[in-house]
Formats: sequence, structure tokens, C-alpha cells
Amino acid sequence: MPRRVSPSVHLPPFEQLVDVHARELHRFLIGLVGPAEAEDCLQETFMSALRAYRRLRHGDNLRAWLYTIAQRKATDAARRRARRPTRGLDGLDPAEAPVARPDDGLWAVVRELPPKQRAAVVHRFVLDLAYGEIGARMGISEEAARQNVSAGLRRLRTTVTR
Amino acid sequence: MTDDLERRLRTGSVPDLDVAGLQDALRRRAGEERLIDVAYATADSPLGPLTVMVTPRGLVRLSYAGEPLDEQMAEVAERISPRIFAAPERTDEVRRQLDDYFAGRRPSFAVPIDWRLVRGFAASVLRATARIPFGSVSSYRSIAADAGSPNAYRAAGNALGSNPIPIVVPCHRVLHSGGGLGGYTGGLERKRYLLQLEGVLPTLKG
Repeated sequence: MPRRVSPSVHLPPFEQLVDVHARELHRFLIGLVGPAEAEDCLQETFMSALRAYRRLRHGDNLRAWLYTIAQRKATDAARRRARRPTRGLDGLDPAEAPVARPDDGLWAVVRELPPKQRAAVVHRFVLDLAYGEIGARMGISEEAARQNVSAGLRRLRTTVTR
Repeated sequence: MTDDLERRLRTGSVPDLDVAGLQDALRRRAGEERLIDVAYATADSPLGPLTVMVTPRGLVRLSYAGEPLDEQMAEVAERISPRIFAAPERTDEVRRQLDDYFAGRRPSFAVPIDWRLVRGFAASVLRATARIPFGSVSSYRSIAADAGSPNAYRAAGNALGSNPIPIVVPCHRVLHSGGGLGGYTGGLERKRYLLQLEGVLPTLKG
């Protein structure tokens, strides 16, 4: 069989990409947006990845690429949430107001952290990354990553009392 | 300091993700947005399960059980597109024609072929092979000649041995000039079965 002359890109079949990364990304998104919205964000993350997948020039760091997309989807979701009115015109809660779920507690509090602290905390504890790696992924220094994690934890401790 | 908060963050109750459900939803949306470049499914046959892969251009790959699916997928991902999905309905026409062929109701296939997995001389050899009619046979030497290089019968043999679309591109119809069966991707038992089905070899009773 003739060999391919152009350099290969080594992208795994898309379904395999989903199998390998879905659970971890889901956990990451729960940390960023909470359990109620994580699945939607996850599906949107993979759809964006799928649209771009053919044009990707190399498969070197697909994991980091997926996390970048997921983070963007989480930001979009947060913006949508911010635009949503919390009270209807007549003073009653609108029907679509998010309903607290039993497992929501901790993540609801995490979700209220400032974006950088939230991302740093999720990278550190949900993904179990070292500070250097967190900094690299967030585009900040290792020291800044460490500070964001401890600031986030401090703030969480004031809210989560148990 | 590792305290209760950190522990809860690490192990915090996370609803279990239904990965199969996610795959289904992605497959459905990929279909709607025309993002499925390769669809695959399994078909039953008297020669064991077959894996069928199609693209919008046509049938691109057909394989017997025993050829590792992940290696085939990796090759298709690299040479055609990694947007490969289990989408059986897109392979229905090919699978129906295979059923008819094995039932003796169809001497030739009428499905478009996507030739992108073969190049150069191998492509010429396989295109020449695709023209051998049901019930006829050819030889490695004459297929090489049909492909434009009469002396390249060894290369022709290699091309036939790596035929990505056996059965439909009937490499089982190519034999040694001396009358020997030659080789076959799926093993000689399968080649013999196909030649018997087509009436080239006598069917042994008992």
C-alpha cells in the first residue's frame, strides 16, 4: 500500500475522544457551572470540538484543547445565567429559576467564586493538577495559580461551614 | 492542610455521567449538522460479521472479523476523517445488497465506491478487479496487465492482499495462472466459499 507522504496528524476517531475525556470534562464542568448545567455544557463542548476536529493540524494535546473549549462554554453559560432575570415583573420568581438539587450544595458555592479563583480551585481539586500545570492552562504564573487557589479556598471556608 | 472542604471538593458527589447517552446525542446532532464523514455498522454474513464503513461518496471499507477494528478506524481517521460515527442507517443499502449477494439474489453490487484508501498502482489493480464479473476469474498476471504493468504481478498480488473493500471489489476472483487459489485477505476458506457461491468451484456435498 502506498504510504502517506504528508505528516500524519494522529487524531483518534471522535467517539473514542468522547469515551476517553467525557467523564473528566464533566467533573471539570460541574466545578465551573454546577451539576444542573454541566451536561449541556459538555455536549456543547464536544459539538464545538467536532465542528473543528477535521481542521485540527495535530493531535498533540487534545486534552488541553478540550479543556479550553469547556472553559469557554462554562463562561458562556455563566453569562446566560447573569442575563436571566431573578425576579419576574410581578415580583414572583420566574418559572425557569434554577431549582436546588440535593447534590448542588457545594458546587453552588464553588460556582459563586470569582472566575479565576473558581477555575483555579477546580483545576486543583477536581482535576488534581500541580500549580505549574494550572498556571499553564489558565495562562497565569505558577504563583498566581497558587494565590488564586488559596483565595478561593478562604472564600469557600467562609460559606461552607460544615 | 487537607481539611474537610478539600476532601469534599476532591470527592464531592458528582452525578454519574451517562456516556452512552452523550454519544447518542452527539451522533444525532452530528447527523443533523452533516458532520458525519464516515459511518460504520456491523453486518451479519455466512462468513461471519462484517464491518461496513461508508462516506458520503460511497463504500470505503469492508472487513471481516479478525481485522482489528481500532487499527482500521485509526487508518480511516488519518486518511479520510476522524469524524467517524456508529450510524447503521447510513450503511443500510450496502448491507441489504450484501444480504442479497449471499442469498444468491444479486450477482453484482450497485453501490458507489469511495477509493480514497487506495492509491497509485494498487488503485489501478483494484479498479481492474472491480470489473471482473460474477462467476468469472482472472489471474494475478492478467490483472497486472489490465492495470498497465504486465510484469508487476507481485505488486498486483500485494494490492489485492490489502484490498480495503473485499467481496464488493471481488479480489477473490483473482487466482494463480496455474490454477492455485492464491491468497486471500480473509483466509482461503472464505475465498473458497465465495468461489463456490459464484459457481466457479464445485460445492462439496456432505
